[in-house]
Amino acid sequence: MSTTTAQKSIRRSPNERVLVLCWGNPGRRDDGIGPCLADRLKAHHLEGVTVESAYQLQIEHANQVAESDLVVFVDAAASGPSPFIARPLGPLGKPAFSTHALEPGTVLALAHELYGADPKAILLGVRGYEFDEFDEHLSPRAERNLDAAEHWLAAALKSDPS
Amino acid sequence: MSTTRRVVIEPLTRVEGHGKVTIRLDAAGEVENARLHVVEFRGFERFIQGRPYWEIPVAVQRLCGICPVSHHLAAAKAMDGIVGVDELTPTAEKIRRLMHYGQIFQSHALHFFYLSSPDLLFGFDADPAVRNVIGVAGAYPELARQGILMRKYGQEIIEATAGKRVHGTGAIPGGVNRSLTDTERRRFAAEVPRQKQWAMEAVAIARDYTLENLAFAGEFAAFPSNHLGLVQADGTFDLYDGVLRAVNAGGEKILDDVDTSRYADVLVEEVRSWSYMKFPFLREFGPDRGWYRVGPLARLAVCDRIGTPAAEAARADFSEAMGGLPGTMSLAYHWARMIETLSAIEEIERLLDDPDIEGADLVRRGQRRNRAVGVIEAPRGTLFHDYVVADDDTVMRANLIVSTTSNNEPMNRAVESVARKFLVGTEITEGLLNHVEVAIRAYDPCLSCATHALGRMPLVVEVQDAAGNTVGEGRRGS
Repeated sequence: MSTTTAQKSIRRSPNERVLVLCWGNPGRRDDGIGPCLADRLKAHHLEGVTVESAYQLQIEHANQVAESDLVVFVDAAASGPSPFIARPLGPLGKPAFSTHALEPGTVLALAHELYGADPKAILLGVRGYEFDEFDEHLSPRAERNLDAAEHWLAAALKSDPS
Repeated sequence: MSTTRRVVIEPLTRVEGHGKVTIRLDAAGEVENARLHVVEFRGFERFIQGRPYWEIPVAVQRLCGICPVSHHLAAAKAMDGIVGVDELTPTAEKIRRLMHYGQIFQSHALHFFYLSSPDLLFGFDADPAVRNVIGVAGAYPELARQGILMRKYGQEIIEATAGKRVHGTGAIPGGVNRSLTDTERRRFAAEVPRQKQWAMEAVAIARDYTLENLAFAGEFAAFPSNHLGLVQADGTFDLYDGVLRAVNAGGEKILDDVDTSRYADVLVEEVRSWSYMKFPFLREFGPDRGWYRVGPLARLAVCDRIGTPAAEAARADFSEAMGGLPGTMSLAYHWARMIETLSAIEEIERLLDDPDIEGADLVRRGQRRNRAVGVIEAPRGTLFHDYVVADDDTVMRANLIVSTTSNNEPMNRAVESVARKFLVGTEITEGLLNHVEVAIRAYDPCLSCATHALGRMPLVVEVQDAAGNTVGEGRRGS
């Protein structure tokens, strides 16, 4: 799916409740892309958009997800295209690994199982490169990708009065 | 020709971090030993060194996404010592305790309802495709919703006391930077009865499971050990502060209420060539006899009583089931963990009824020191933070012993015990994978914290012969 197509699928009406859920560890270089994007996006003061930042996705996020019409999950991507990739996301029936940290698809599945909620969901993976050391700065390439992702997402989340 | 073989399991599903298990077989095909290996990520000490001491309680939360509050508080306790404060203001101590009990409450609820309940509710041999968090949500939605709301409650207490859920700033050297508002206090207090009821029900689930499966639990990853934890000076259970006590398998005190600043005098961290994670032991007894358990099972073993009524009744019940001796069953961690959850909500209730929780006297200062130790009982066990701070206020040296490191030897023994019982030939069965998972999960390890590794969770079982050739393999997860 192209980012243009993803952008169209995000386009929303003013009444839609949007949750942008960003996660990662800002102390491990590019793993912090998600929380960095959250900080930047909050500064845009987008109407009807709630921006959350977390270390890891967890069970309680199912609650928030269930109260939303559209959820944008934002994480650093260790591989894949740069500057970012956006694609639709559905519930994942089986956790891929630890429930100390959930996959976004598992959070969607929990929201469905527990609350009967099936919000529209997009996964935004912003390409990072440096994950293997403790440092609170993004790599220069990740910074550039973050700029592009911020610009794209902020534009996509502006409500469409039509 | 030797026919010694090794079974390798890597990494572990549904426990945090990147590790693998190797089971070595002898010439007769019997289990010779089992080892839990961990891949370490280095560099945290460098991340800390050179930073001003007042940044440390926030910076250490970068260590781990599972229990950042424990690192925040352990570091803050150490920094109290650096600024020369041995006793906080009543409000500061109570706010920190409230934060800590909120952390214990939500962490234990997460583990019980979402990590261990699939095993307990569906059975260890159930298909992993069902035996997981989604399976619980489908079959036991009310229980799953309770788990979420318990976790949410604890997280909201953390947010109110630490400033935010992630990378809180509430605890500072010498005290705290906020107290509760009356609105917050009333809001949290109104929710206590429901949360306490759920905690009591969770105790009952864990208790009933253990008692109904006592014969199995008594054989599954069960072994006698020493136990270590903090207690108050009079022996009362305490998760925030106290003296170090250890008991042996017979319940006799073998570390007699030592001041936490002396931890390095009584504990040694052994390095073994095959694991990046160290093996702590009690110096007096050496590595073979001095290793110990930490965490819920150990804390109930070292304390004489719990200071809140419902949890104390549950502890007495637990102690009776253990025959009045320290617990030997790894599976009993689940019951002990829920008793601690009940204790945490009772402590929260008590604090929310205390006017000091809204006080304004938040910080003290004393004579600046260069070295200090902060110790706390984190959800998974005793957590040590030890810092040397230079005269220019920057950290020169840091040493951390995290809970999972202390449980390293017990987890190895648990895996070995399971391997001896469930490994047949060299075939890596689902049953073996399930039981290894369950044994390690009882300790709720946070390997990413213990090793500073990024967590990745596939499960691979590999059988190797004496020459290191792979002769069999099983795999689960991504």
